[in-house]
Amino acid sequence: MSSGSYYVPATSRWPILGSIALGIMMIGLGVKLVYDTGTPLMLIGVIGVIAVMGLWFRDVVRESMGGLYDAQMDRSFRWGMGWFIFSEVMFFAAFFGALFYVRTFAIPWLGGEGEKGVSALLWPDFVPQWPLFNPPDSAVLGPERVFSPWQLPLVNTLILVTSSITLTVAHEALKSGERKTCRNWLAGTVLLGCCFIVIQGVEYYEAYHHYGITLEAGIFGATFFILTGFHGVHVIVGTIILACILARIWKGHFANDHHFGFEASCWYWHFVDVVWVGLFIFVYVL
Amino acid sequence: MAPKLPPQHPLQHSSTVVADGQSHDAHSAHPKGVMRWLLTTNHKEIGSLYLIFSLIMFFIGGIFALVVRAELFQPGLQLVEPEFFNQMTTMHGLIMVFAAVMPAFTGLANWMIPLQIGAPDMALPRLNNFSFWLLPVAFTLLLSTLLMPGGGPNFGWTFYAPLSTTYAPPSTTFFILALHIAGISSILGAINIVATILNMRAPGMRMMDMPLFVWTWLITAFLLIAVMPVLAGLITMMLMDINFGTSFFDAAGGGDPVLFQHLFWFFGHPEVYIMILPAFGIVSAIIPTFARKPLFGYASMVYATAAIALLSFLVWAHHMFVVGLPLAAELFFMYSTMLIAVPTGVKVFNWVTTLFRGSISFESPMLFALAFVVLFTIGGFSGLMLAIAPADFQYHDTYFVVAHFHYVLVPGAIFAIMAGVYYWLPKWTGHYPNEKLAQCHFWCSIIGVNLTFFPMHFAGLAGMPRRIPDYALQFADFNMLSSIGAFFFGVSQLIFVLVVVLCVRGGKKAPAKAWEGAEDLEWSVPSPAPLHTFETPPVFNRTQSSD
Repeated sequence: MSSGSYYVPATSRWPILGSIALGIMMIGLGVKLVYDTGTPLMLIGVIGVIAVMGLWFRDVVRESMGGLYDAQMDRSFRWGMGWFIFSEVMFFAAFFGALFYVRTFAIPWLGGEGEKGVSALLWPDFVPQWPLFNPPDSAVLGPERVFSPWQLPLVNTLILVTSSITLTVAHEALKSGERKTCRNWLAGTVLLGCCFIVIQGVEYYEAYHHYGITLEAGIFGATFFILTGFHGVHVIVGTIILACILARIWKGHFANDHHFGFEASCWYWHFVDVVWVGLFIFVYVL
Repeated sequence: MAPKLPPQHPLQHSSTVVADGQSHDAHSAHPKGVMRWLLTTNHKEIGSLYLIFSLIMFFIGGIFALVVRAELFQPGLQLVEPEFFNQMTTMHGLIMVFAAVMPAFTGLANWMIPLQIGAPDMALPRLNNFSFWLLPVAFTLLLSTLLMPGGGPNFGWTFYAPLSTTYAPPSTTFFILALHIAGISSILGAINIVATILNMRAPGMRMMDMPLFVWTWLITAFLLIAVMPVLAGLITMMLMDINFGTSFFDAAGGGDPVLFQHLFWFFGHPEVYIMILPAFGIVSAIIPTFARKPLFGYASMVYATAAIALLSFLVWAHHMFVVGLPLAAELFFMYSTMLIAVPTGVKVFNWVTTLFRGSISFESPMLFALAFVVLFTIGGFSGLMLAIAPADFQYHDTYFVVAHFHYVLVPGAIFAIMAGVYYWLPKWTGHYPNEKLAQCHFWCSIIGVNLTFFPMHFAGLAGMPRRIPDYALQFADFNMLSSIGAFFFGVSQLIFVLVVVLCVRGGKKAPAKAWEGAEDLEWSVPSPAPLHTFETPPVFNRTQSSD
C-alpha cells in the first residue's frame, strides 16, 4: 500500500464498454432513421449504455461505501456535477434561444417588418402572429389551437414545484437522521415525478389528436415539442435517478453528513424544475 | 468569471489509495498489452492516447486537404468530381477541428495539467478514459459516412442549413450522431479538467500561481462546457428537421435558416478560441523558458485570456455580416469584434516584452513559439480586416477568409501544439528530440505554411471564392503556389513523426529539468515522468511564481 494521500481509481472496463455501447446505439439510431431498420441494433446499444451506467455507478457506490473517498474526492464530484448541470443549462439555452429568436425576429421579418422586404415577395399574404397558426407556406399546417396554460400546464407546474419542496424536506430529514421521514418524502417526490410524466403524456396525446400540434405543425410545433420533449426526458431521467436514490435509502445507504449522491440528484431535480418554470412562462403563458 | 478559491486540502488525508477495496496495491495489477490502453485511468497514458489519435487524424485530415489542393493545382476539373471535392473540404475542416486540434490540446492537458499543478492524476480518471474512447467511436462513424450511399457531408464544416438539411445527403444523420458523441467527449473532458484545476492543486498553489497553460485550459474548458451543448442542441434541431419534419430552419414553416447560423456561430466563435487559448498557454510557457526570464505581465495574461473568452460570446455574428443583419447588429458585432484585439494585443506585447533583454536560445520549441507569435499575429490582423463589416462584404467567403483562419490555426494552434510536443517530449520520453531533425522540420514547416497560405490572401482579395473545385484563370498562379506549398508542408510533417518516434526510442538523455530556464512544477519530477507522480502532494514553492 502506498503512503500517498490521494485517491486514484484502478483501471476500469466500464468506460470503454460504455463508449462501444454508445457507438452501437448511435449507429442503430442512424440506421433506424435513414434506412428504417436497425431497431435491434439500437436496442442492444441502449441496453448496453444502461447496463454500463448501472455497473459503473455500482462501483462508485461500493467505493464510496467502502470509505475510499475523502473530502477532496467529494469536492471533485461536486465540481463535476455542478459543471455538468451548467452544460445542461446551455443545452436548453439553445432551444430557448431558438424560440426567442423566432418570436422576436424571424416571424416579424417574414411578415415584412424592418428592412427585409424579400419575404413579402415569397409569401405576400403572410400574417405574423404567435402562436403561428398559419405558417408562410400553405403546405405546412399550423396548430389548430393551443393549450390554455391554466389547465394541465398549471397542474404540472404545481406538481413540479411541490416535488422540489418535498425533495428538500426529504433532504433535511436525511441530514437530521430521520431516515424514515426522508424515505417517505422521497417516495412522494418520485410519485409526483411520475404524475408529471403521465400528465405530460396526456397532453401530448391531446396535442396530436385534438389540437393539431404536431412536430410538422410549423415552428410552433417544432419549438413546443423540442422544449417540452427534452424537458420531459429530463424528468423521466430525474425520476429514475430519484427512484434509485430511494432504493439506496431503503438499503441503508447515505450517512447524515456524507451523501453527495443524494445531493447531486437533488441538484439535478431542482434544475429540471427551474427549466419547467421557464417553459411554463415562455412556451405556455407568454 | 474567476471561480472562487476552493478550500486547500490538508496535507493529512486518509492514506488509502487502493481502489477496488482489496488490500493489494491497485497499481500492481495493471493490465498488459492492448487492455492496458483500453482500460487505463492514468492521465499520462490517456494523454498519450489523445496525442496519438490526434496525430493520426492530423494526417487523415491532411490527406483530404491535399486532395483539395491537388484539384486546385490548375484551373479546370482534373482529378475529382465537384461533389467529392465538397466532401473533402468538409471532412478536412471537421476532422482538423474536432479530431486533430481539439484532442491534441486535450492530450497535452491530460499530460501536463496534473504535472503542472502537482496532482497525482485528473480529478475523475475513469471519466477521463471514457472521454478519450468516445473519440475513436465518433470519428470512425464520421469517416465512414464517406463510404455511404450519397457520399459524406458535403456542405462545409459549418454545415449551414438548408444545405445540411433539405439538400443534404442521407449520411447527414450519421454525421450528426458522430458529432453528438464527439461533443459528449468534449464536455466530459472539459468538466474533468475544470474539476482537476479547481480541486487538485498542490497545497499552497493559489489560482494566481498556476502556470498559464493551466489558466488558459481552465478558461478553455469553461468555453467548452458553455458552447458544446449549444452545438448539441443545434444538431439535434437539424436531426429533427431532417427526420421528423420540423421547421426550425425552414422559412416555409415559420423557421429561419439564419437561426441556424446564429446558433452555429454562438458555438463556433468560442470554438475558435477553444482552439487557440491553450496555444497561448503553451507559448507562454516556452518563451520565458528560452528567454530565461519570467513571463512579463503574468496577471495581465490571465485577465486578457478571460477577457478574450468573455468577448467570444458577444461577437458571433461577425461571421454573418452578409446574411442580412439589421444595421445595429452589424455595428455592434463589428465593434465588439475589434475589441478582442485589445486583450490579444496585451498578450503579444507581453510575449515580446518577455523576450526583451532576455538571454535567448533558439531550440526547436522556441522556434515554433516565435513563429507562432509572428504568424498568429498576421492571422490576427487579417481577422481585424474581416471584422470591418463594410470590408467584409467584399472579403466574405473568399480565399482571404481561408488564408485568415489557416494563419491562426496552422502556424497558430498547430505550431503551438508542435512547440509543446518538442518542449515536453524530454519529460515524456526521457530523451531530447533530435534537434537537427526538429529544426529541419521547423524550417520546412514555416516555408510550407507561408507558401501555402500567404498567396491565398491575394487570391481572396482578387475575388476567388472559397469551396469551389474550379476557378477563373487569373487565380492560377496563386493556386499553383498554394498547392506546391501544401504538398511541401504535408510531406514535411513526416519529419515530425520521425522525430517523435526516434525520441520515444532513444536519444540524448534528459535530466528532470530538461531546459535550463524551465521553472514549472513538471520539471521537478524525473524524466521520463514515472507512471505515477505526486502521489503525495508536493509543497508548492511560491518563489517559483511571478509574484
